Amino acid sequence: MSTATTTTATGTGTGTSGVRSWKNPIILSVVALFCLVVFALGAPGNSVTFRLSEADDAIVLPSLVVSAPIIGWVCTLVMLALAVLAVVRTRAGVRTPTWVPAVFAVLFFIAFLTWVVGSARTPNVALYGLLAGSVTLAVPLIFGSLSGVLCERSGVVNIAIEGQLLFGAFAAAVAASLSGSAFVGLVAAAAAGVLVSLVLAVFSIRYVVNQVIVGVVLNVLVSGLTGFLFSAVLSEDSQRWNSPPRLPVIRIPFLADIPIIGPILFEQTIVGYLMYVAVAVVYVALYHSRWGLRTRAVGEHPKAADTLGVNVNRRRFVNVLLAGVVAGVGGSFFTLVAVSGFGKDMTAGQGYIALAALIFGRWNPIGAFFAALLFGFATNLSNVLSLLGTPVPDQFLRMLPYVVTVFAVAGLVGRSRAPGASGIPYIKG
Amino acid sequence: MSPQEDNRVPPGTGATTPPTRRQARQSDRKDEVRTEKAAETADGALPPPAAAAPEPETASQTLLQRIMTGNALVAFLSVVLSLILGGLLIAVTDPAVGRASSYFFTRPQDTLGAAWSAASNAYIALFQGSVINVRGTSFTSVIYPLTQTLTVATPLICAGLGVALAFRAGLFNIGAQGQILIGATFAAWVGFTLHLPAGLHLLLVVLAGMVGGAIWAGLVGLLKARTGAHEVILTIMFNYIATNLVLYFLSTSAFQRPGSTNPISPQLDGTAVYPLLLGPAFRLHWGFVVAVVATVFVWWLLNRSTIGFELRAVGANASAARTAGISVSKGYILAMAIAGALAGLAGVAQVSGTEKVLTSGVAASFGFDAITVALLGRSSPWGTFAAGILFGAFRAGGVTMQASTGTSIDIVLVVQSLIVLFIAAPPLVRALFRLPVPGAVGKGSTTPRTPASTGAAA
Repeated sequence: MSTATTTTATGTGTGTSGVRSWKNPIILSVVALFCLVVFALGAPGNSVTFRLSEADDAIVLPSLVVSAPIIGWVCTLVMLALAVLAVVRTRAGVRTPTWVPAVFAVLFFIAFLTWVVGSARTPNVALYGLLAGSVTLAVPLIFGSLSGVLCERSGVVNIAIEGQLLFGAFAAAVAASLSGSAFVGLVAAAAAGVLVSLVLAVFSIRYVVNQVIVGVVLNVLVSGLTGFLFSAVLSEDSQRWNSPPRLPVIRIPFLADIPIIGPILFEQTIVGYLMYVAVAVVYVALYHSRWGLRTRAVGEHPKAADTLGVNVNRRRFVNVLLAGVVAGVGGSFFTLVAVSGFGKDMTAGQGYIALAALIFGRWNPIGAFFAALLFGFATNLSNVLSLLGTPVPDQFLRMLPYVVTVFAVAGLVGRSRAPGASGIPYIKG
Repeated sequence: MSPQEDNRVPPGTGATTPPTRRQARQSDRKDEVRTEKAAETADGALPPPAAAAPEPETASQTLLQRIMTGNALVAFLSVVLSLILGGLLIAVTDPAVGRASSYFFTRPQDTLGAAWSAASNAYIALFQGSVINVRGTSFTSVIYPLTQTLTVATPLICAGLGVALAFRAGLFNIGAQGQILIGATFAAWVGFTLHLPAGLHLLLVVLAGMVGGAIWAGLVGLLKARTGAHEVILTIMFNYIATNLVLYFLSTSAFQRPGSTNPISPQLDGTAVYPLLLGPAFRLHWGFVVAVVATVFVWWLLNRSTIGFELRAVGANASAARTAGISVSKGYILAMAIAGALAGLAGVAQVSGTEKVLTSGVAASFGFDAITVALLGRSSPWGTFAAGILFGAFRAGGVTMQASTGTSIDIVLVVQSLIVLFIAAPPLVRALFRLPVPGAVGKGSTTPRTPASTGAAA
């Protein structure tokens, strides 16, 4: 990323407004004009129904019916106003407040959703299903990006998230099938994640090999290894090796009846609950514990940490192994929750999306959580919309999560900053 | 992934300093380290400094130099070790071995024999499918596997060069897959839509492929230069976008074969495909010659041209390069565009050489294999060329192996990635084989090697 170099070269921090940045106003204006043409002028004439609950739920909410042109115009006009505000502020040399892009993004999102559902053959979508499905799809992403947070905060780049997820999924399937217990599979998944982490740690910390290279190669290695074992062992006798029992869904009474958020928060498998716990634990530990302070110190300025008596490389080693536990458990989602059984390369690049979520979330567990949710939502939306029959070609819908990622990384977090020493090996001396 | 990535040691830079100096420098600003390094090694084209000359692992960048220095042994042992581990994996999963192991303690030789035959049969098939078929009846059938290897190696070399070139500019280009796809799409469109005389048509096809790849990768370079977005994320996302884009194109009337409902394009014109190099008995086409030319070009570009110098300077230390008056943004965009053009050549080699139609699977997994190829080749043009041929052999042989012994071709991925891992960590290989640490007298210790040199080793 050229961020750091740009700022160091110009001698100004990102916080100072010495140089006017026209990037934000330009992006906002272009997007707002795009919305004017597509979402406002091109709005479908009908109304859109968002269903908020199922008919047989304990608490039934009325459906939200909105008019597509009204929503389109209102959102677009506010977005145009925000774009003008950004232009005016930038001209005056004042920084645009951070809430402007945030509100803009939310409005764009509402306008887009209304437009795209309104243009579908059946302008009627179950919002609760859309949200619950997004969280489900986001579970492995969240585990993956938490694994990235643990590694990168201590100064080790973790490209191997994909490999950790895949190996976790594989180990979970095999162990659960052999033992007949999904919980054994869960433990095995964590162990498998640690195994991948161990290789990453040994090569990048002990043998100081470039961390990105180890990560990329590990992903290939895990893909080849699981693929080979899949065709040589698992598919030969899939009854014995590849028919894991699924993790049961644990429903918390009453709380799960809350409309919309009830099923998301209180009707999950143990992996789903572990996800919420993991986000909270990593966040609290990272910012409010001695371990976290030292981890961040090791990731930002290892020399200083070393001077104060922190064993930099041991701390990194331990953190990379912990990251393996987290990512491995996330991998078990694929074979113990989503589908029952391992498939070749079944993680399908989710580890890389988790990496993007980590960067989009600014190396913060909470940020990564919401970024992963956004990607989960984009994926789920494209699935739902292709069923509804929209005018947008199927391929473009499937591109959606990736395009969102590009915009997120390029437009919204272009100036985010990684831990200072991330990717740089530390050699005591 | 960090903004500090510019400070990360790029895979192509070799460091040549003894630990004491290096450690002293570690405390200095990274920038200075980079500047010195860049000045010192210049891709190993310069002879290593006299003081460091006794160290055999110094500044070994090209394959030839590696062989002449002690690292050749490490490379060789890495390959052997990876093949042994792969063989163990084949043996352990072999059903005959499983049956024999049930009475291991009464007749252990059965198990060992079965394990040996499982692994050796697989590797013999791999060899016969990639180098020389000893059971061939005619000269053609004997050397056919070798030409297959070169055919498969062609896109690997082209795309690998692209990845290597981007590495040298400090960019981690994971996006060769998408660049191959878009390049192939451009090339294929020119190939089946325009009807031109022979020669001119092929030339336009090749150019279109390069332009397509260059645009797709250049876009990443532009985004990185303008917004500071991370190129690893961008290239990964662009891969997915490219796959879906090609699928979309193949559903439009401009690309879809008339009368077909499958996502497949019409055949390329006869004037738009590479002529066969060795006659109709072999699949080897002129794309291989183009790959050789591309290798020479990249070598010239990196080591003999101003642009190459600037790219390497940007890769070695972006801040220092900027201070020296080199435009880092231009460097990023240019490096990605050239890398994309090279990947585009790989796409041309596919649509115009072997496949002759455009499908969404035209890039196979060449774009991802290209990354390991460039890593194994240590980002040097000829190293990448050699690594491309090696991996081409694995791939071509793997197909034969899968067909004749039923061993899954995925074992090739395992062996390939193990090779890259081991070569990246020479101290590990030395420790495993109890080799003496080179330069131990001069260094006086067995500390791990410098990050720079091990980074370069990958």
